[in-house]
Amino acid sequence: MVENRPIMTFITHLVLVLGVAMIALPIWITLVAASHDEVRMLQVPIPLWPGTHFVENLKQTLFGSGFSGDQTPVWRMMLNSLVMAMMISVGKISISLISAFAIVYFKFPFRMGFFWMIFITLMLPVEVRILPTFEVVANLGLLNSYWGLSIPLIASATATFMFRQVFLTIPDEMLESARIDGAGPMRFFWDILLPLSRTNIAALFVILFIYGWNQYLWPLLITTDTDMTTIVMSIKQMLESAEQTPQWNIIMMTAFLAMLPPILVVVGMQKLFVQGLTETDK
Amino acid sequence: MLKRVHFPSSPLPYLLVAPQIIVTLVFFMWPASQALYQSLLIEDAFGLSSEFVWFENFAALLDDEQYLSTFGRTAVFSSLVAFLSMSVALILAGFADRVVKGATMYRTLLIWPYAVAPVLAGALWVFMFNPTLGIFPYFLEMVGIKWNHYLNGRQAMGLVIGAAAWKQVAYNFLFYLAAMQSIPRSIIEAAAIDGAGPVKRFLTQTLPLISPTTFFLIVINVVYAFFETFGIIHVVTQGGPANATTILVYKVFNDGFVGLDLGGSAAQSVILMVIVIVMTVVQFRYVEKKVEY
Repeated sequence: MVENRPIMTFITHLVLVLGVAMIALPIWITLVAASHDEVRMLQVPIPLWPGTHFVENLKQTLFGSGFSGDQTPVWRMMLNSLVMAMMISVGKISISLISAFAIVYFKFPFRMGFFWMIFITLMLPVEVRILPTFEVVANLGLLNSYWGLSIPLIASATATFMFRQVFLTIPDEMLESARIDGAGPMRFFWDILLPLSRTNIAALFVILFIYGWNQYLWPLLITTDTDMTTIVMSIKQMLESAEQTPQWNIIMMTAFLAMLPPILVVVGMQKLFVQGLTETDK
Repeated sequence: MLKRVHFPSSPLPYLLVAPQIIVTLVFFMWPASQALYQSLLIEDAFGLSSEFVWFENFAALLDDEQYLSTFGRTAVFSSLVAFLSMSVALILAGFADRVVKGATMYRTLLIWPYAVAPVLAGALWVFMFNPTLGIFPYFLEMVGIKWNHYLNGRQAMGLVIGAAAWKQVAYNFLFYLAAMQSIPRSIIEAAAIDGAGPVKRFLTQTLPLISPTTFFLIVINVVYAFFETFGIIHVVTQGGPANATTILVYKVFNDGFVGLDLGGSAAQSVILMVIVIVMTVVQFRYVEKKVEY
């Protein structure tokens, strides 16, 4: 702080507290709705203070038939989301690590050609090529499978770029000394490159996990089997059936469960999250 | 690019790039080229035959008043989302930058919405604004405003903008705070010694110094509003009422998967691709090189 002005300090905290409250309001209302019973959630005005049915709703949502009209229990949807998010993040990190390694540390014909081929994927989000991608996945027989859910989302260059940046900052002496000691390429990769980029890998993992967990349009298109439903996409169906069977306590509990894992990741691994965000986007 | 010290050529690097190249070819190059090709075809309603028509699909789009108004709507939507979320984030970051103790706590409490999926952000907002049950329509009714975003196009637009901006404040706040914290304290102190108060310092020192971040965020926010808000719109309004909230990316989906107009939808995809490429180029060239102090 440059100077001491008590009134300014007071205003500062006031504005920040108001900002936090404004940002947190939607989730507060969600939590309150998830802690009341079905009947209370149909009376206007809806409550603004938590009720006593939180645990009961949690159990019913996770393990019961959950929501009427939807047979898949929510724990199964969360498992699907988890598998999809893990496959996307681990898959993307693995293929990007080895391709960045090849591009930075090897001289081979078509090296730049491969680089540009990967680079161009940076520019086009999934949304603009969604119809033909859907056809490819359908032709490969990957509809309603974890592979179909995750692999098309792995095709993107951001991670390769980040690892290329990281590898370029590693001093050449590392490789020289490794080669003097007789290490081959893969030995160098495992014993020197991987340990040196550990925090970058972790930071990227945080970002990719959130990205994977939050996928919506893609799972919506390629899963028709209710056993493959992810929790994020289930919200839409629930809101639609809320017109006939308005179980708002269950719907909002599901919404809460759907956002809990990524929020825990952001809050719990904040330092890695900030690092990952600034590195992948800039 | 290449390390000065490197390994000699061998089959190994090909094996190493193979997985990414295969995934890129099968799930990226091929679909993207198909989208390009399809945009030049007109398919009959049953998908039985198709005809190569050059740029007819594009010409039809540029003649289609509905499509052109979608363009305008998308521009309004994305600039309002960017403006709202960036200005709220800027104000909060400006104050958070002054806090000596507890700055990290405020940061934690402000950045978590980044983790909320767009469709969930939409679900939370649609619940808060549910015309019969929602808490906001209840209060709005007291001051005489009738809220029903299923019937009122302007209210529907306001709702999706609100939800989209709410989610994006976290991201902008993070980048603004980082930019402000990297300004050398000596500059701010010098201004303070010269007698500039906090508000004046913010306007004349901080704001110009973080302008590269502002430009960067404008591009990122517009891209976000263009593409990632699909989930919000799908769950809150489904483009309605009467197309009042149909933005470009929603129309691609709607015409392709619901209306089954494959050629038209592909042509729209191609137009979107061009927009993305232009924005990416702007981001790389202009933002990173010219706006520096």
